[in-house]
Amino acid sequence: MQECSLTARELACRRGDRLLFRGLDLSLSSGDAIHITGPNGIGKSSLMRILAGLMPAYSGSLARSGGIGLVDERPSLDEHSPLGKALGFWQRIDGAADNEFVRLGLGDLLDVPVRYLSTGQRKRAAFARLLGQSAPIWLLDEPLNGLDRDAVALVERIVAEHCHGGGIAVIASHQTIAIEGGRTLAIEDFAK
Amino acid sequence: MIGRLLLRDLSHLLPGGRRGGSMLPLLFFLAVAMLFPFAVGPDAPLLARTGGGVIWVAALLASILPLDRLVAPDVEQGVFDQLALRGVSEEIVIAVRVLAHWLSFAPLLLLASVLAAALLNLSGESLRLVLAGLLAGTPGLAAIGVTIAALTAGLRTGAALSGLLLIPLAVPILIFGAGALERQDYGAIALCGAISLVLVAIAPFAGGAAIRAAREG
Repeated sequence: MQECSLTARELACRRGDRLLFRGLDLSLSSGDAIHITGPNGIGKSSLMRILAGLMPAYSGSLARSGGIGLVDERPSLDEHSPLGKALGFWQRIDGAADNEFVRLGLGDLLDVPVRYLSTGQRKRAAFARLLGQSAPIWLLDEPLNGLDRDAVALVERIVAEHCHGGGIAVIASHQTIAIEGGRTLAIEDFAK
Repeated sequence: MIGRLLLRDLSHLLPGGRRGGSMLPLLFFLAVAMLFPFAVGPDAPLLARTGGGVIWVAALLASILPLDRLVAPDVEQGVFDQLALRGVSEEIVIAVRVLAHWLSFAPLLLLASVLAAALLNLSGESLRLVLAGLLAGTPGLAAIGVTIAALTAGLRTGAALSGLLLIPLAVPILIFGAGALERQDYGAIALCGAISLVLVAIAPFAGGAAIRAAREG
């Protein structure tokens, strides 16, 4: 995987007339993983969207090299398509990388329309999409929601492999997740 | 990339597609055309004189029906976000969607117009003018439809609002497209086509801006 980096300086985020956080610095390079913690509504998802470049920061600067892979609460799969076909669209967009269906426990579900999948199965499908994308920088927003204990361990392993391969993982979650280095960033520290 | 997006859009929007397909608007169009003779009575000359206009109004109404399925599901599902992360701009997605929307309703609408023309006792010359006008006007209708669908994608009252927004914007197309029938004049159809092309050119940028504005809001 190519060298990648993600650097944020003095980020501030405003939603409506509320300043959620300010002065947030973050510097990640190949192989780094970080767990963003904080209670609901503190601005974890906003930070992820700012890092992804989907939302402008209120102030501060952001520099990154490397493509972004994002997993959030929406799996971005067509509700009415069978899972295999819905993921097939992203496979064709991303090029034929391995989605590791079987490892993610999706092997038997490829014919099932996405709307019949459970929350956890959708989350696994989102990870299949993410793996197929082979993006160096992973932004995972609440990746453990709806996952059972085995799946949580699987996600931890996948993230560890990604970082060993030279990728970056930023994980926003209110749950505990074991990541290498155990580096955490608490957003409360930057709330005004 | 454009081909892949188009294939996905078509698989959703074509008749039998997974988002309800476009057969219903078409049947709706025929039903409106069929109702008209019942309402005004079986007066053949009157039907022949007004039939072209009826086909146009029915086409306009039919093009409103699929609006809430055009863009909103993809915004809710974050498909635009995922595509943006892969460097696919909203403008391209919207331009492809206009093409897919047009392909999903216009060719069938032209075919159905032939049927409707028979129901309304239209002459061969009028039918030719209606078909030429619809061919010139429907790309503009598709462009307006997708733009409005993008604008209202984030709103809860989207479905009702989009119909209300589409009708005034479609008036220029209707004036020149249906106006050609009155004067039996292909010049008006050329103007209708010109308006259509301008709308098609604007739609990707307006729609793309709308989706970005909704995302950042």
